[in-house]
Amino acid sequence: MVLECKHVWDYISGYLDDALPDEVRESVQQHLEHCEICSAILDSTRNILVLTADDRVFELPVGFSGRLHARLAREMESGSGGKLGHPD
Amino acid sequence: MTRADLQTPVRDEAQMIAAILAGNTELYHELVRPYELAVYRMALSYMKNESDAEDVAQEAFLKAFRKLSAFRGQSKFSTWLISITLNEARRRLRHDKTLRFESLDEPPEEGAHVSPAILRDWREIPSEALGRSEVRELLQAAINHLSPIYRQVLLLRDVEDLSIEETATVLEISLSSVKVRLHRARMMLQKELAPKLKSLNPKRRWFQWS
Repeated sequence: MVLECKHVWDYISGYLDDALPDEVRESVQQHLEHCEICSAILDSTRNILVLTADDRVFELPVGFSGRLHARLAREMESGSGGKLGHPD
Repeated sequence: MTRADLQTPVRDEAQMIAAILAGNTELYHELVRPYELAVYRMALSYMKNESDAEDVAQEAFLKAFRKLSAFRGQSKFSTWLISITLNEARRRLRHDKTLRFESLDEPPEEGAHVSPAILRDWREIPSEALGRSEVRELLQAAINHLSPIYRQVLLLRDVEDLSIEETATVLEISLSSVKVRLHRARMMLQKELAPKLKSLNPKRRWFQWS
């Protein structure tokens, strides 16, 4: 199966997830070996996703953790939050 | 009993949950500590401002505590917690709907094809680049610009590292919808970010970072 570039683009996400059927994956692989454009698109996508997943992109607001645990402690103690086993 | 015994220290969440339900409620703080960022980040993706996101996150942690006995281990605790967070965010948005521009109704799936930005080469950008605020801001803006149905799938799968199946479950959509949206979201992000990151990446500059 010989693929054109624009068809390879349709498989990039599946390729990154290793979710393509064997035959398709091999065709994509073969295309990537000689196509620098598709390789650059794949590499940039993978790179961008790694950056996106980094914990520094969205950070907790200052004091978030302290406020959260103080509230949890307060509600657990008062009993209003502590009705375990009695959802709503 | 399992290979978990060979790894120390081990967080046995099932055991922690059993202990909390048996009355050691203090342990709940420790149980949720690793998930603060994930819950906040998902809340932020719905609410769009830090203070509403923090409210939703607090509420989600509290609801999860109250409902803990309903957690049966069918999923990972973290996935269950994220699911509660999304429900809380949706509930809040429905409540505030008249104040919002962004409709909760799903927009029609946008055109079948999203073409990536065409590049002839790609010089790897190392994670150290995220030390620069302009790089973080570019990423935040690109994620925020995705429409909600794409943003949610992308964050759950690529940032919170849920599987395709878990993503489908928490969003209550089909596996094929997850795959289609994920593909488009990733392509939209590449299209938006690759040229910008590339132009921020002058020759050899990143070299000093790695």
